[in-house]
Amino acid sequence: MAASLVPKIYRSANKPTWCPGCGDYGVLEATTRALATLQVEPHRVAVVSGIGCSSRFPIFLNAYGFHSVHGRVLPIATGLKVANPELTVLAVGGDGDGLAIGAGHFPHAARRNPDITYIMMDNSIYGLTKGQISPTSRLQQRSSTTPWGNVDRPLNPVAMAVAAGASFVARGVSWAVAELADLIRQGIEHRGFAFIHAVSPCPTFNNTLAQIKPRVAPLPQGYDPTDPVRAFELALHTEALHTGVLYREPETIPYEERLAALEPPTVQDRQTFLQSLIDAYR
Amino acid sequence: MQPIDLVFRFGGESGEGVISCGEIFAQAAARAGREIYTVRTFPAEIRGGHAVYQVRVGDDLLLSQGDRVDVLVAFNGEGYEKGLPDLRPGGILVCDGDQVTPDPSFDGTAYPIPFTTLARDQVGSLRAKNMVVLGAVAELFDLPREVLFSLVAQRFARKGEEAQEANRRALEAGAAYVRDHVTKQDPYRIGTGPHTGRVVLSGNEAVALGALAAGLTFFAGYPITPASDIMENLVRWLPQVGGRLVQAEDEIAALAMVLGASFGGARAMTATSGPGLSLMVELLGLASAAELPAVVVDVQRAGPSTGMPTKEEQGDLNLAVWGAHGEGPRIVLGATSVADAFQTTVQAFDLAERYQCPVIVLSDQFLGFRKASVAPPPVDEIRPSYRILARRNGAYRRFQLTESGISPAAVPGMVGLQHVITGLEHDEFGRPAYDPARRTQMMAKRARKMALAAQEPGMTRRWGHPEPVLGVLGWGSQEGVIREAVARANREGYRVAALHTRMLWPLPHGEIRAFLRQVKAVLVPEVNFSGQFANLLRTQFTIEPHRLTKSDGLPFRPVDIYEKIKEVYPDGR
Ligand SMILES: Cc1ncc(C[n+]2csc(CCOP(=O)(O)OP(=O)(O)O)c2C)c(N)n1
Ligand code: SF4
Repeated sequence: MAASLVPKIYRSANKPTWCPGCGDYGVLEATTRALATLQVEPHRVAVVSGIGCSSRFPIFLNAYGFHSVHGRVLPIATGLKVANPELTVLAVGGDGDGLAIGAGHFPHAARRNPDITYIMMDNSIYGLTKGQISPTSRLQQRSSTTPWGNVDRPLNPVAMAVAAGASFVARGVSWAVAELADLIRQGIEHRGFAFIHAVSPCPTFNNTLAQIKPRVAPLPQGYDPTDPVRAFELALHTEALHTGVLYREPETIPYEERLAALEPPTVQDRQTFLQSLIDAYR
Repeated sequence: MQPIDLVFRFGGESGEGVISCGEIFAQAAARAGREIYTVRTFPAEIRGGHAVYQVRVGDDLLLSQGDRVDVLVAFNGEGYEKGLPDLRPGGILVCDGDQVTPDPSFDGTAYPIPFTTLARDQVGSLRAKNMVVLGAVAELFDLPREVLFSLVAQRFARKGEEAQEANRRALEAGAAYVRDHVTKQDPYRIGTGPHTGRVVLSGNEAVALGALAAGLTFFAGYPITPASDIMENLVRWLPQVGGRLVQAEDEIAALAMVLGASFGGARAMTATSGPGLSLMVELLGLASAAELPAVVVDVQRAGPSTGMPTKEEQGDLNLAVWGAHGEGPRIVLGATSVADAFQTTVQAFDLAERYQCPVIVLSDQFLGFRKASVAPPPVDEIRPSYRILARRNGAYRRFQLTESGISPAAVPGMVGLQHVITGLEHDEFGRPAYDPARRTQMMAKRARKMALAAQEPGMTRRWGHPEPVLGVLGWGSQEGVIREAVARANREGYRVAALHTRMLWPLPHGEIRAFLRQVKAVLVPEVNFSGQFANLLRTQFTIEPHRLTKSDGLPFRPVDIYEKIKEVYPDGR
């Protein structure tokens, strides 16, 4: 098949401003490849982000983009998808954006299950503000706000997503672009809330690549991604960092479709309906 | 048919049906062709505490709740004691004779009726007491019986035949007692009046209907008193016209969803009260910077903090106008009455779309919950604008520098107009750009929109003396009471006029300045502690107004403002 939309088409003229070696380049590349695989036209794609290095993402894409404020990417993406369900909606941001300031929205997006794909670029540090610990920083990690080491235990994004009822949960790493692209593609194709934990190191403030690489492991042979208990177990097993689709709910109805199904069988002409409402107040 | 103007107050224990008794009484009077104006106060607790429902019934357009109570209907001892100070001298007391013995010094007309006994013995349920009261009061003041009985039947239509029968028995028990045992000693009758065809709406209902009329397609909100019933109404209505409503996890999420939906092309709105507006401040700035239309209704309640959730205050003007970091365009409107709440909401959507910015509508507890008889809003005449849309034409500049400051927008899905919007300072294409020249241009572009909005016509209303020496400048829900006070002052020979401002930011400078030029002194009555509107006027027009403020949780009475007018009136009446 001669694909007419190649990955490059999804890139805008704006050159990424990330540091050399930043993991986010890999995630950007993987995203454009996933979109090209799906052949979805740029004007049908909307990418929402919060604030952070990773949240600059939409600026580098040829799509409709909404670079918003710190932590609010998920409710913005939810509102957008509900209002305009034809769009392919991606939500992107960092671990600080999604698990610190925006953590309150994460379980709610997961349980509502709108058909959006949420890519969290996790570097276990605050990149944009130059190197403070994040909610996924390991214990004892030193940073500009933890000169004697971190005493806050890290959150586990994948376990949280499974626990909150996300209907699709996957993990990839920024340097395995082909695999990550495939996960993002599956996430977009999944009808419902797809969470993609993209491990994406920050060489400038938290160069963890060498530590993480040896821990990356494929899913066990014969792994059944439809079993949430197994997915949770695997997520808690943090010595190994399993990549792939950890959980997928086979049949889900996206939020926007559930809302649409609430419509009474006869949707009325607005003016007639309004008049009948007003008359009822007589 | 005699013109009437009577204030009834129903008072008793919350949970005894005081509110629904008052509501039905008010609606029945409206159906009988009288104008009505109600005030509702209730304790913060769900059960227990003192509840009050006040209904003014009259023939002229009713502008306020009135100064004094003519008829006090006391469900219990507390209703009697708390209501008595507001009962006019020689007023009428209808009370539960089983629970209240009027003081020997009481100088009015008392009708003690054994409501509790009647409910227990003749209806078989103490819970029917409010219907017994209603039946008795209707009989006593000649509220047409058919109107009342059919209204009650309609309101409880879903409750089943047994409950309907109990209601009829209760109404009848009250009415029969009055017929058989009470001798009417006052001249007051409601009867029927000329104002038929009215609808009875609360401020919150008017807002919800206005939003629907303006083409609302997306609502997200988080429950909060006294705004929740806007969402509760819309959740039933919106799906029936293809719209969507989401109960968000908090107010930040609510406005975030609204902005996402607006970006997606929806006419979107949220409604909240002060605590929620506080949480939304950062996202209001995003809407200003990213130039997104959004409507935010704030049904104010008494602050600070959780304050008095069920009490009146106009305390959020500062927050609505100034609550932001940095400076960006936003419009603040104040709803002034039930009828105006409908119009103002429609207008909010129109302005949000035309100027591509957030519009805050300030209502308040008093306006949100009070009901009034109003002419049915004309739904077929409403044509709110939609944001001006771009055409595909070379490289698309979402934030194109234009003379008006308004740039053609594009909605995701439109071919070839892909772009990024951001809260970062940006260039015409939406790309982050911090250089001084472009920053200056963008700030000026956004400011131009507000300079234009300040010239919107019809943003003030004026009445009173044509050549005033004293000007009363008001805002929001106190319009009617100010109007009534000014009318009284005019009758007594004071040269007073009032200018009521509907758009509180940007201020309609031209109209306010012209008014200020005419008067020697200015009085600003408002229900908050420091005089927030007076402060705003002071910063914009360098005037020093007289202030009349209160923060006791209650709206003004006309007499409060009338007395202040006399006090500050410049020499030379
Ligand atoms: C309300 C608010 N608080 C703080 C900030 C400052 N800030 C910007 S990005 C950021 C954290 C960035 O970390 P993360 O989300 O993990 O993204 P990264 O830069 O690492 O990709 C912070 C604290 C802000 N922009 N807004
Ligand atoms: S600071 Fe870190 S996260 Fe930010 S661009 Fe540089 S490498 Fe990437």
